[in-house]
Amino acid sequence: MRRLIAVLIENEAGALSRVVGLFAQRNYNIESLSVAPTEDPTLSRLTLCTSGDDSKIEQITKHLNRLIEVVRVVDLTDGEHVEREMMLLKVRAEGVMRAEVKRTCDIFRGQIVDVAENLYTVLLTGTSGKLDNFIRALPKTAIVEVVRSGVSGIGRNEKILGL
Amino acid sequence: MSEQTEHLSGGDMLIRALQDAGVEYIFGYPGGAALHIYDAIFRQQRVEHILVRHEQAATHMADGYARATGKPGVVLVTSGPGATNAVTGIATAYMDSIPMVVISGQVANEFIGTDAFQETDMVGVSRPVVKHSYLVKEASEIPRIVAEAFYIASTGRPGPVVIDVPKDTTDPAQLFPYEFPDSVTLRSYAPTTRGHGGQIRKAAQALLEARRPVIYTGGGLVQGNAGSTLTSIADMLGYPVTSTLMGLGAYPGSKPHFLGMLGMHGTYEANMAMHHADLIFAVGARFDDRVTNDPAQFSPDAKIVHIDIDPASISKIVRADIPIVGPVDSVLPELKRIVNAEMARDPSRPDRVALAEWWERIDRWRAEHGLDHDQRHRNGAAGSLLPQQVVQAVYRATGGDAFVSSDVGQHQMFAAQYYHFDQPRRWINSGGLGTMGFGLPAAMGVQFAHPDAVVACITGEGSFMMNMQELSTCMQYALPIKIINLNNKALGMVKQWQDMQYGGRHSHSTYRDALPDFVHLAESFGHVGYRVQDLDELDAVMADVFGDKHKGDLVFVDAHIDPDEHVYPMAIKGGAMKDMILDRAV
Repeated sequence: MRRLIAVLIENEAGALSRVVGLFAQRNYNIESLSVAPTEDPTLSRLTLCTSGDDSKIEQITKHLNRLIEVVRVVDLTDGEHVEREMMLLKVRAEGVMRAEVKRTCDIFRGQIVDVAENLYTVLLTGTSGKLDNFIRALPKTAIVEVVRSGVSGIGRNEKILGL
Repeated sequence: MSEQTEHLSGGDMLIRALQDAGVEYIFGYPGGAALHIYDAIFRQQRVEHILVRHEQAATHMADGYARATGKPGVVLVTSGPGATNAVTGIATAYMDSIPMVVISGQVANEFIGTDAFQETDMVGVSRPVVKHSYLVKEASEIPRIVAEAFYIASTGRPGPVVIDVPKDTTDPAQLFPYEFPDSVTLRSYAPTTRGHGGQIRKAAQALLEARRPVIYTGGGLVQGNAGSTLTSIADMLGYPVTSTLMGLGAYPGSKPHFLGMLGMHGTYEANMAMHHADLIFAVGARFDDRVTNDPAQFSPDAKIVHIDIDPASISKIVRADIPIVGPVDSVLPELKRIVNAEMARDPSRPDRVALAEWWERIDRWRAEHGLDHDQRHRNGAAGSLLPQQVVQAVYRATGGDAFVSSDVGQHQMFAAQYYHFDQPRRWINSGGLGTMGFGLPAAMGVQFAHPDAVVACITGEGSFMMNMQELSTCMQYALPIKIINLNNKALGMVKQWQDMQYGGRHSHSTYRDALPDFVHLAESFGHVGYRVQDLDELDAVMADVFGDKHKGDLVFVDAHIDPDEHVYPMAIKGGAMKDMILDRAV
């Protein structure tokens, strides 16, 4: 089962390597990882997308908590949450495809953020599933380059992950 | 900052901080990147540095010291090979949750990442086997980092902490105000100090309602210094107790209610009791694969209570019905109080009739296939000693009161089976990582901690040769360790597996007469050597070795044992705990 885990961690050199190392060392799977400092520059926030049955996820959160630099861990998928991922794509846009890509982009509420003679660069945000669908909606041969940010997530309502 | 604040160099601050952390001994080996630190050591007297012969041995000495005292062991090594040599010992301490602080020299900050001479990324190399690690960026951080390292190493579930110290941060020309923090608080690290009251009450009820209980203790009980509380709870209830390899001694091994060690080479009665129990009361144990055999077939009828300081250990292998996260030295006294009160309120619990029946079954298992079974039938022929007999002779000669370290393999299992530890912190062995070469240096660490105690190292010639260079260190510091070498001229446990699972094909497990004369080897380092191969002389030799005659000597006893002896019982792979091979197939 897919899970989204949010981690507050000391913003220190080497802290991220401990998280990544833990996943490698214990044979856990990372589907995506996004990380950046928070409004408090001493803290970073990670959103980790992983998968596993309940007992595996329990072990993952326990082991994350065991890392000395980890301040808080929460499994966002335990409750209601909002998640988004950002994607930048370079898409071939020649001849009839130029209009077709633009139309598909509009349907998905994407933005064209750069234009070259034969290429569009498209920015799209949404759930990971929406990004997957956009890729599927384009002809395979049209896609030249893809970069995805990994998922970021936050709890809904009053739920706050802080110090 | 007061006007009296001293100004010290990074190297001096490091050593001063170790003094302020209460360190008695540093086990170490110098080298380029650590030379400023070594100069700081030279200019003080409060911390004694022990010069080892190999960095791995330094970590095992610090480890032995920590196991025997409960205080963190301290290691100092240089960068590069000094640091990497220490990694095996760090991993050994990590697997057994031993508090340790390892300081490694590092190339100067400006050279980090340039593949400089003797540079290695120690924080990276050691990361999977430390509780935490630091790379010093600024000299001024040193006192804080040292204080945090000791706090982290010794609280919660203990473990090793590495401090990697670039040479520029110890520069004697740069001075900084020195102040050692009185206390440490970390917003991201707050070990549990109490168990959940409701859970403890549930556990007490489960104990009182059990009809076929087994108390299963592990290394956490030793580390948490709660052996005596557990012993009083077990005795009050009259319940059977078994222990992991790591927990031996926390509940006295010579008590009749002790079933012996459980697991792969555990006793028949301990493993049978575990399998047939209706309550398993696990304290500071982690349901290791060497204990449970196939977890899916583990104790099918048992309710599981699991007390551990580390939440990640609970329900990792076997799901706990009543988990309690907390330190045993606070959980057990609370539990004892509740059990006491409940027993006074309702004397009908626990069910004495059910318990008597349970003991009858256990006693029957013990009578049928208890540990002495094998020996009753194979009283070693003249000229051939059984390893068990040697361990028993050591037990008799030391009155069961020695500190005993071991290495890894058959001799380790024989020592665990036949030396009955009545006190915690007396049995010093590498249980989790299974590190050959651990025994001698660990015994040395114990001897430094307890200069007047009897310290024996039960080893095998394979393990011993992995760190035998430390005989030289023993000579330098006059350590009177008694080394009992169960010499079967082979890697006994490997050979046993090859006998049992590989059709007797002894692939690279025998030395083909390429062993040294151990008596002469010991003598060449100024020590005393004995060779023993007859049962008739065994007790006399041990009386000499452990008697006044050799009180101040390191004595090496080369005991030539039956090379074909196997360790039994042995768990049948993939089975339940009840599935054991009890003796060699005839």
